[in-house]
Amino acid sequence: MNAPATIDEICVLALAEAFRGDGELLCNPMGVLPVVAARLARATFEPDLMLTDTIAYALTGTFKAGAVVSDPADVSSFGPQVAVEGYMPFRTVFDQAWSGNRHVVMGASQIDRHGNQNFASIGDYRKPKAQLLGLRGAPGNLANHATTYWVHNQARTFSETVDVVSGPGYDRMAALPEPTRRYHHIRRVVTNLGVYDFDTPDHTMRLVSVHPGTSLDDIRAATPFELPIPEPTPQTPLPTPEDLRLIREVIDPDNLRKSDFP
Amino acid sequence: MPDKRMTEDDVIAELSSGMTLGVAGWGSRRKPMSLVRAILRSDIDDLHLVTYGGPDAGLLCAAGKVRKVTYGFVSLDSIPLEPHFRVARQTASVEVREFDEGAFYLGLLAAAHRVPFYPTRAGLGSDMMTFNPELRTVTSPYGDGTELLAVPALEMDASLIHMNRADAAGNGQFLGPDLYFDDLFAMAAKRTFMSCERLVPTENLLDEGSIHTLKIPRLHVDGVVEAPGGAHFTECPPDYGRDEQFQRQYAATARDPEAWARFKADWLDLPSNDAYQTRLAERTKRGEDQR
Repeated sequence: MNAPATIDEICVLALAEAFRGDGELLCNPMGVLPVVAARLARATFEPDLMLTDTIAYALTGTFKAGAVVSDPADVSSFGPQVAVEGYMPFRTVFDQAWSGNRHVVMGASQIDRHGNQNFASIGDYRKPKAQLLGLRGAPGNLANHATTYWVHNQARTFSETVDVVSGPGYDRMAALPEPTRRYHHIRRVVTNLGVYDFDTPDHTMRLVSVHPGTSLDDIRAATPFELPIPEPTPQTPLPTPEDLRLIREVIDPDNLRKSDFP
Repeated sequence: MPDKRMTEDDVIAELSSGMTLGVAGWGSRRKPMSLVRAILRSDIDDLHLVTYGGPDAGLLCAAGKVRKVTYGFVSLDSIPLEPHFRVARQTASVEVREFDEGAFYLGLLAAAHRVPFYPTRAGLGSDMMTFNPELRTVTSPYGDGTELLAVPALEMDASLIHMNRADAAGNGQFLGPDLYFDDLFAMAAKRTFMSCERLVPTENLLDEGSIHTLKIPRLHVDGVVEAPGGAHFTECPPDYGRDEQFQRQYAATARDPEAWARFKADWLDLPSNDAYQTRLAERTKRGEDQR
């Protein structure tokens, strides 16, 4: 149990940090590693977050990744503090998105230095080489509330340009009137190599920290665009022993998070 | 009270080629599959499909029934990319009009409320605007300078929905965790045909669910089909979950024309939902649903 933190656990904490300061927000992390991260954030430093079973039930307490409510009367079996606290069918989720009381974590197949994200398709949109997820809810999420991206393979994902803009970045939003774009905010991008944000004068991407075990050469080799690098370069924090206990024993005992690191 | 009971084939007689057809449900969840299968065995084609798509989109595209798809997404949930729809996209065999998932909801709402559009920020800045050049924006008339996307009403000639319970008059009830947008499909379409797991007498509608589950008023329903297992292989809780083994088998046919022909002969070229359900029961008896 005292084994040192592995890369997936370092990424979980880096993603959890994206929720710091959110308070009472509905968090919809998409993908298993972001789910683990949001539950870790609530169990440690962000206790007021609202989280769902990824289907329609908002649940209190700390519960296992992959557990989905089939009978709402039975959620106490999920853990000692687990109770249904709310109903979040898809229609309510859209309403919450537009109200701004939400923070999502999404994946990306391509992302550029302005934060434009593509998980729709590769190649010509009219006859794609590869049809992927589509636009899904990305356009509405980006226009309405905070978004964080989880990128499990930076070298394959960071791109000079994206084939489709599913989630618009800062250059696209800058072309819109201020009252239209005012809720757009990309909180951070966490990859298998480092942490990034857009808090630069022109809102282009910069490196925030590099994960332990990763070199700046690794970062540069996996980034096809110009990337400001702070000197000295901070290291991404390591999970504490209590973080590791929660991740390994309570939130993800089945190691589902490791599927992003084949 | 009216009696709107009919069969899948009666519904087909009310539909025609070239129609704009809504299919309710969400991904691979509570889809009116017995009605989709009835379209597959009919002569109807050239459809404009409007859907939060799942295997309805995949099957109808694979069978050459579709001219155009307007969609919020297409997915099988446990299999994120719908393989038959991927083939349709990658061969450009159907025209597409893809909306942000939430914008799609507002398009349904606009049609249900008989207004030409609803305004939203969802879509602005993204390639939803690039790929749908007919989309227009409006500027707030209240002097605040907000420019918004005017999501056009998603009007439909007919829509198909599947509920857990219904009465003969067309009152529908969902008993699972999420209605999705089925009530809006029913309101937005000129005509709506509803299948259900079980028809019950009106006085028994509250036996299994609270008043809050009676979300489909008969005002918007033109025909009711009792179709036990009618959402198979999509999920229809609490009556049944998704048949994941069957869905995997369906998904595998997208890469293999012979497998598709076999699947079609085994499961689609059947005369009725009864014949389909009988074959499913035989499969369960042989233990093939566990492989």
